[in-house]
Amino acid sequence: MGFEKFLFYVFAAITLYSSGMVITRRNPVHAVLYLVLAFISSAALWILLEAEFLGIVLVLVYVGAVMVLFLFVVMMLDIEIDALRAGFIRYLPLGAVIAVVLALEIFLVVGPGHFGLQHFPKPPPVGSEFSNTEALGLLLYTVYVYPFEIAAVILLVAIIAAIRLTLRHRPVSKYLDPAAQVRVKKGPDRIRIVQMPTEGVAGPTASAGAGAKQESTE
Amino acid sequence: MIELWNALPVVIQILLKILAILLPLLAMVAYYTLAERKVIGYIQVRIGPNRVGWRGSLQPIADAVKLMMKEIVIPTKADKGLFLMAPMITIAPAMAAWAVFPFDEGLVLADINAGLLYLLALTSLGVYGIIIAGWASNSKYALLGAMRSAAQIVAYEIAMGFALVGVLVAAGSLNLGAIVAAQEGHLLTWFWLPLLPLFGVYLIAGIAETNRAPFDVAEGESEIVAGFHVEYSGMAFAVFFLAEYANMILISALSALLFMGGWLSPLPASWIGDHRLLSDGFHWLLLKTFFFMFVFLWLRATFPRYRYDQIMRLGWKVFIPITIVWILVVALAVLYELPPWWSV
Repeated sequence: MGFEKFLFYVFAAITLYSSGMVITRRNPVHAVLYLVLAFISSAALWILLEAEFLGIVLVLVYVGAVMVLFLFVVMMLDIEIDALRAGFIRYLPLGAVIAVVLALEIFLVVGPGHFGLQHFPKPPPVGSEFSNTEALGLLLYTVYVYPFEIAAVILLVAIIAAIRLTLRHRPVSKYLDPAAQVRVKKGPDRIRIVQMPTEGVAGPTASAGAGAKQESTE
Repeated sequence: MIELWNALPVVIQILLKILAILLPLLAMVAYYTLAERKVIGYIQVRIGPNRVGWRGSLQPIADAVKLMMKEIVIPTKADKGLFLMAPMITIAPAMAAWAVFPFDEGLVLADINAGLLYLLALTSLGVYGIIIAGWASNSKYALLGAMRSAAQIVAYEIAMGFALVGVLVAAGSLNLGAIVAAQEGHLLTWFWLPLLPLFGVYLIAGIAETNRAPFDVAEGESEIVAGFHVEYSGMAFAVFFLAEYANMILISALSALLFMGGWLSPLPASWIGDHRLLSDGFHWLLLKTFFFMFVFLWLRATFPRYRYDQIMRLGWKVFIPITIVWILVVALAVLYELPPWWSV
C-alpha cells in the first residue's frame, strides 16, 4: 500500500506541475508539450485507480491523436507572444471573476462536504481477472445505449459540419486529383495504338540492291 | 536455481526480465541494420558491407563506435532541451511496447487484460519524437519532414487501429496471449485467412507508421534531405535509427502474433506427435517475425517512394473503408459461428 501511495503522490505532483506550466509557459509549443505530460500522468493516476481502460484510452485518444494535431497547428502558427500578452491588465478583472466562479463550482462539487469515504464507500477490491474493458462495454451497450448512440450521432454531425465548413474549391489551385490519376489506364488515356499498313516491297528491295552493288565493288 | 530466483526481490526480478528482453532486442536491431544492407545489396546485385569482421559481421559494432565518437552538433537557435529529448522520446515507446508482448505461452513480462490497447497507445506516442525533432531543430527541411510524418502517422494509425479492432472481434479478447490461443489449430485456422484484408491493411499501415519505404516521405532524401533528423549527428542520430528498427521489429513481431498464430506450429497437432521442433514454441514466433522483417527490406528494395497526396488518399479513402467493411463481416462471422474459425 505504501508504494502505491508513493506512486500516487509522484504522479499527482507531475500532473499539478505540468498543468501549472501549461498556463505559464511563454512558448506555446512548450505549453502543449506540458499538457501532453499532464495527460500522461493523469492516465497513470487512472491506472492506479484500476481504471486501466480509461487510462490507456486517454493516452491513445488525447495524447496519440488530439494533441498531435494540436501540436501540429501550434507549430505552424506564427504567434506573436507580445501581442497576446498586451491586454493582460485590461482583461484581468473579467478573467479573475471567471476563475473565482470556476473555483467555487469545483469546490461545490468535489469540496470536502461531498467527497470522502463516508459519502462514497470504498469499492470492494477486484481480482486481476476482472476486465475493466468488458465491464465498461457491457454498461455502455446495454444500460446507456441511447445516450451513447446519441453522442455518436452528435459527433458525426460535428465532423460533417466541420468538413463542410472548411471544404472549399479554389478554381486557381493546381490540385491533382489522385483518384483520377489512379484511374488512368494504359489503353486510351496514356498511349494511342495506331494501325499502320505495312510498307510496300519497293523500298527494301531497292536498298538491298544498293547493298549488293556495294558488296560487289569491294 | 528456481529457489535462488524466487529469493530475489521483486524489483530485481522485474529488472532482470526487462534486461532479458531488451538486450536481445538491441542486438537484433544492430544486426537488422546489417541484414538490411546485405539483403538490399544482394537484391541490387551488390555484395554489401564485407570489410569489418567475417563477411562484414562486425559492421554494426564499427558503425556504433563511429557514431559514438562523433560530435552531436546543435544548430543555432535550436530549442536545446527538446532537441536532445526528441530521440529519447522516440525510442522509449518502441522499447516499452515489449512489456506486454508474449514470447511463448505464459512467457510475458506484464500479462495485462488490455494488452492490445496498450500497444496501440504506445505506438501512437512514437510520432512525438519526430514532431519535436522537426520543430526543435529550427530548420526548414526538418519541419517539413515532421509535418509530413505527423499527417501520415495520424492517417495510418486509424486504419491500423481498425485492423486491430477486427482482430479483437475475432479473438474476443484484448489480451495478446488470448489472441494467440484463439488461433489454435493449424496454418488455416490462423487469423490471416479470415482477416485477410485487415492483415494486408495492418502490414501496409505498419510500414507507413514506421516511416519506411515506400512511405518514407518523412525522410525523403531526394526532396527534403533527411527530413526530421537532418540536423542530428552522432549518437542522437543513432538513437533515431535504433528506434526506427526497433519499431520495425515490433510491427513484424505483432503481425506474427496477431495474424500468423504467434508461437503456434503451422502443422495440425495430430501430424506432429512428440516432435519437439515441430510443435508450438518460441522458435516459430522468431521464424515468422524474421519473415516479416525480411518483407520490410524486400519492399524497400522493390518499390519507388509514394507521392504524398497518394499516401493520404490510400490511408483515408482506401484503407479505412476496407477495414470498416471487414470489421462488419468479421462480426457477422463471429455471431453466426462461421466454421472452422468460430465454430465452438
